[in-house]
Amino acid sequence: MNPIAEECIALIAKQKSISPEQIRLDSTLDDLSLDSLDRVSIAFDLEEKYDIEIPEEKLGQIKTVNDMVTGIEEAVRQKSAKPSATA
Amino acid sequence: MTRVVITGAGCVTPIGQDLVSFAENLFAGHSGIREMTDRPPELHFSHTGSVKDFCPEEWLTASQRPIAERSSAFAIAAARQAVSQSGLVAAYSGDSIAVILGCSTGGRTTEEQEYRKLYTTGGRIHPLTVPRVMASAGTSLVSMEHGFTGPAFTITTACASGTHAIGLAFHLVRSGAARAALTGAHEAPLTYAFLKGWDSLHVVSPTACRPFAADRDGMTLAEGAAVLAIEPLDSAQARGAEIIGEIVGFGMSSDAHHITQPAPAGPAAAMLRAIEDAHATPDEVGYINAHGTGTDVNDRVEAEAIHRVFGGRARTLPISSTKGLHGHAIGASGAMELLATVLALRRNLLPANAGLGGTGVDPALGLGHVLLANEPASPGLALSSSFAFGGLNAVLALRRFEA
Repeated sequence: MNPIAEECIALIAKQKSISPEQIRLDSTLDDLSLDSLDRVSIAFDLEEKYDIEIPEEKLGQIKTVNDMVTGIEEAVRQKSAKPSATA
Repeated sequence: MTRVVITGAGCVTPIGQDLVSFAENLFAGHSGIREMTDRPPELHFSHTGSVKDFCPEEWLTASQRPIAERSSAFAIAAARQAVSQSGLVAAYSGDSIAVILGCSTGGRTTEEQEYRKLYTTGGRIHPLTVPRVMASAGTSLVSMEHGFTGPAFTITTACASGTHAIGLAFHLVRSGAARAALTGAHEAPLTYAFLKGWDSLHVVSPTACRPFAADRDGMTLAEGAAVLAIEPLDSAQARGAEIIGEIVGFGMSSDAHHITQPAPAGPAAAMLRAIEDAHATPDEVGYINAHGTGTDVNDRVEAEAIHRVFGGRARTLPISSTKGLHGHAIGASGAMELLATVLALRRNLLPANAGLGGTGVDPALGLGHVLLANEPASPGLALSSSFAFGGLNAVLALRRFEA
């Protein structure tokens, strides 16, 4: 499993106080009982960790753990593709 | 009239994290005021009453952990002790139980941590900041944990918050508006910016507070929570609950005078109204657990108010402030002091006023019986007073429980 997927699963496990083994990539956020507050908290932690911003409209589209992982990967890719302002 | 009794009590304080250890340290005179371990060097004071070794992890459930910050965690811990001792959950339906707590400063730990990030690095604010910071979070979390869906709110009247909360809960239960209540207060104000704010006011003792002492030089900031379970006497007796004490009166007033300086008329009116609400007379009062912060002005004005209410008896009436032991936990201190008063009545032992070992009681106050040591006594009526910044006053009257 890639490090971003591991991070997402670890954060969900921490937020819900469950074991990471109970979380699969195809688990839905509803299956994991992640309410809206849980989702924004986890999104915040991921944004902080990877120094990215997940657009508001993307957040609503995330239905599974896998959606979350691919969303982060995409944001990380976009960030590294973008030339930094000071370069 | 419905008699209202206390059937459960819990606390998290600088002198004990349950009722038994609070009582033990109160009567042993063991102070919880200590030198700060991480003292900001520029502060003019060095001591606070912190709750040492409090472990939120021991108290918070998985769902509470992300939301409850220090202040709410104190409330949750104290409330759970009170609920468990009282057996309220099995005795009443959740919709008939009120939760009325006092809290002055809200979630300062989170507020300062997040704002510091924002102002220094322009970082983002954590999405749980709003629910963690709101002063009413403690009441919400306690109500959610126990499924108490009756009237629930948080009162914020600075240093009188806890006493106002308990007084209003007492009136709700006495009137029948709620069958039972969880009530008290919680506060976690020992944060950098708040300590600096108090430092700027120049009212904090450089060492430890010495209420009513001739050499008093200010108050000592503290933190913690105390929560009581209260219910009508008849239903408590019918279900065989252990009765710890009885609340018999509550009085409130406003000085309408000054945002920090107290005036004697307000505290005097609140004491008289509490006595009247108890259908008693000032002659019956045999102990006052005073607000007694240890600042020059508070103790002087409070003494003057006691003279106005009790006349010549001010020279013989047993009085103590227990803040010399647990410090001044802002909104939560009234709730801790009510516990001290309940314990005094229950044990027939009035707790000493710590801090008088140096110069003794200030003779200018005209209070002849500030307690230098614990004193055996069975007062007919006891008062527990809180007089807040901004002149908001609240006084509770208690009796030793006799069936």
